[in-house]
Amino acid sequence: MKNEFKVIADLIEIDKKVLDVGCADGVLMKFLKNNKNANIRGLEISKEKVQECIAKGLTVIEGNAEKDLKQFPDKSFDYVVLSQTLQAFLNPELVLDELLRVGKKAIVTIPNFGYWKVRFHLLFKGTMPITKTLPDEWYNTPNLHMCTIKDFFHFVKSKDIKIFKSLALNNLSTSLINSGNLGIKNLFADLGIFLIEK
Amino acid sequence: MNTEKHIKTLIIKKPLKLDCGKTIKNFPIAYETYGSLNPKKDNAILVFHALTGDQFVTGINPITNKDGWWSYAVGPDKAIDTNKYFVICSNVLGGCMGSYGPSHIDPSNQNIFGTNFPVITINDMVNAQYNLLDHFGIDKLFSIAGGSMGGMQVLQFISNFPDKSETVIPIATTSSHSAQNIAFNELGRQAITADSDWKNGNYDKNNTIPGKGLAVARMAAHITYLSKKGLQEKFGRKLQEREDLKFGFDADFQIESYLRYQGSVFVERFDANSYLYITRAMDYFDLAKQFKGNLSDAFINSKAKFFIISFTSDWLYPTQENKEIVIALNSAGADVGFVEIKSDKGHDSFLLDVPDFLYALKNFLDKSYTEKKNEE
Repeated sequence: MKNEFKVIADLIEIDKKVLDVGCADGVLMKFLKNNKNANIRGLEISKEKVQECIAKGLTVIEGNAEKDLKQFPDKSFDYVVLSQTLQAFLNPELVLDELLRVGKKAIVTIPNFGYWKVRFHLLFKGTMPITKTLPDEWYNTPNLHMCTIKDFFHFVKSKDIKIFKSLALNNLSTSLINSGNLGIKNLFADLGIFLIEK
Repeated sequence: MNTEKHIKTLIIKKPLKLDCGKTIKNFPIAYETYGSLNPKKDNAILVFHALTGDQFVTGINPITNKDGWWSYAVGPDKAIDTNKYFVICSNVLGGCMGSYGPSHIDPSNQNIFGTNFPVITINDMVNAQYNLLDHFGIDKLFSIAGGSMGGMQVLQFISNFPDKSETVIPIATTSSHSAQNIAFNELGRQAITADSDWKNGNYDKNNTIPGKGLAVARMAAHITYLSKKGLQEKFGRKLQEREDLKFGFDADFQIESYLRYQGSVFVERFDANSYLYITRAMDYFDLAKQFKGNLSDAFINSKAKFFIISFTSDWLYPTQENKEIVIALNSAGADVGFVEIKSDKGHDSFLLDVPDFLYALKNFLDKSYTEKKNEE
């Protein structure tokens, strides 16, 4: 399981009700179910991935986060997780609002466009950056609204969303982000993980 | 045709108060079972049939000598694995395969009921079938499953008896019959009652029956079970055993011939009055109305695990109507999964060999069963 999921799992206490938005083949769900005794649900757009989750005995609803989060009542989950997909929505702000409506807390991870490799790629090659967390070409990427850790940090603050914890990930190393080290973390982390609440 | 020896019946002695206000008692419910009930009696699945189905879910139907209606899904090693589960299915109240219905004798005057049979509802059907649990000594079912009208019974059953099933599988169904579906049912009923042989319901089943009307009803309904794409691919404008159009009103096109055949075989196995009664029950079905318009209240007490399945090409019970059930279940805080299966086979997809559907159904049941066993 990728390090990102381990870090996410560490943010979630045992026996909580969790919704994994864009749960894919359910790797994180299964981990949370087995290791955190989580009452876990998934929302997933791909029929094939939904089938994979069913085959693992996971409860998944086929649906689109932009349209189908509205079916969940306010604060009906302790945690709502959104891993590396916020930038792929037509309206990320709306999805973020929905995550915070449905979940008492939300865990959002974003691929960092401010990562030094991304900056170098654009600066020296002059083409759209391709990295481990941004593997697609400009013409076939699902990403519509790329942002940096700094962008997301400021955005969340401007919306009066409370940040409980923000973490910078680079391969296997994890470190805390605060307003003092934001510039450095924005350069050296390829992934940001935010535990937020509204 | 000697049907009696193939049909198992349970006589329900306890009075059952129907939604129409009448009370029935000492009435038969015909049922069939597959597989065996384990000693703990916790492997039973109650399957509910659709409008024209019956208790003969799988194997050869002894009355029609054709495959049971859910042979693709139910049987040894199939999605609903009868090596593992004990499957029970009963003919619905109002039906014509042995359960109490309009072709039975009215005890008050010794005549055939016909349209004097009380109008029944989906709620009446499941309340009658609930007696099967007592009959088999089952405290809690492992699952309840059914498509179309079978799905309506699933929803009504778990609403009436929230702690009587571990898992709940409504397929290609609705919580409230739509205007379009009422319209199609009315078309079928009008076809039957317009047949002069219907005689206000007092036809003699062994003599002249309103076969033409019933066949038209079936033909119209059959179209609604398929998809435009499926029909086009299977039939297109292909001609029926002829080189060119005949400039007449015989079946020039294969689709015409196919529909006529579907109508004629249906008449041999189904009773016209039962068709009226069962379509009426579907039309009256509105689970939300039973809870003052709030569907989620129908599921508020259920700890069951729900799995809802719809099909992309089903325009009779479209995905949106199935999703409304999912939304209501989420509002009730229920454990609910949902998948829409890609299929060109229309509403009938749940009865046919649709591998993605059967795969999902099997995985859901088997994983839930394993989980249940691990928790014990």
